[in-house]
Amino acid sequence: MSKFKKKKDGGLAPINTASLPDIVFMLLFFFMVATVMREDTLKIKNSLPVADQVEKLDKKNPVSYIYMGKPSENYKKYGTEARIQLNDDFASVSDVAAFIAAERAALREELIPFLTVSLKVDRDANMGIVGDVKQELRKVNALKINYTTGVGDALTNMR
Amino acid sequence: MAKRAAPEVNAGSMADIAFLLLIFFLVTTTIEKDSGINRKLPPMEDNTEPPIIKQKNIFTVLVNKQDRLLVEDEPMEIKDLRKAAREFLDNNGDGTCSFCKGARDPKSSDNPDKAIISLKNDRETSYAAYISVQNELVAAYNELRNRRALEIGASRGFPNMNFQEMQELHKDVRWSGNKTKLKDLIDQIKTEIPQKLSEVVE
Repeated sequence: MSKFKKKKDGGLAPINTASLPDIVFMLLFFFMVATVMREDTLKIKNSLPVADQVEKLDKKNPVSYIYMGKPSENYKKYGTEARIQLNDDFASVSDVAAFIAAERAALREELIPFLTVSLKVDRDANMGIVGDVKQELRKVNALKINYTTGVGDALTNMR
Repeated sequence: MAKRAAPEVNAGSMADIAFLLLIFFLVTTTIEKDSGINRKLPPMEDNTEPPIIKQKNIFTVLVNKQDRLLVEDEPMEIKDLRKAAREFLDNNGDGTCSFCKGARDPKSSDNPDKAIISLKNDRETSYAAYISVQNELVAAYNELRNRRALEIGASRGFPNMNFQEMQELHKDVRWSGNKTKLKDLIDQIKTEIPQKLSEVVE
């Protein structure tokens, strides 16, 4: 019978952790690839409406973002009406012209006419503020705009 | 029963598995890109006289503050807007449009080149409603362009492709076909059915 007896060594054998770095690197690479970099920290509510006749926003041309929406929970002191956010802070309609000028100054001269302004507007914002911004953009001759939306059935926007 | 030591698992192939998964995800994930409706704002010109446009060539869409639509002075549901806009563009009142299939109603637009859609909104209109209306109007143009593309595409060497597929193919850098030919075709369709969508700014 003694030939079936194995050597006893008391405790459990340690778990081999040689593959842990592999797993960690794999996760790291996966998230590196799959994440979209946020351009700005949003201080406003920004859930975009959906549309199905959309075109891809071409990143080959320079893009500037203007956000609009009502201030989010942490910034309630700024009111409940929709506000404009440029870069990282709240702004008023009159700041739009300066913002576009600054964006243009950062570009190479030959790219300036191709600057597209992407309007990221919350679905619950009303058109008044959007109209004001459009008017400002016309004044500084930034005419290429893109109403940035999600992809989906447009009829579901109307509730 | 005697307690046995757990046999050691060979972890040498773990790295292979990890790399396999890594490469799989690398290949299959697509980075999300922003998409939206491209528009061009009218330039600021104060002293130009507005061109004279016949009333029948203008298709007025008004979105009020309750997000309801008034199309050509008649209330309308958003789901009917696409069809109404398409019928207006496709009407061919003066018979100069060879590819139109419209009703040739003398009270509606002359031809797609002259037809203008005018979109007006209230300050309190919600953005979501505005985007829906924009989307439906762009869809009406796209439907007509797609139909035209299917009609003339075959004779120009691009059969069974609609307008949007043509545009995508033209943007595709890996495609090795005749880009200038395709560009000509796209431009021709664009001039035949121009997107004349004016957003009224008060």
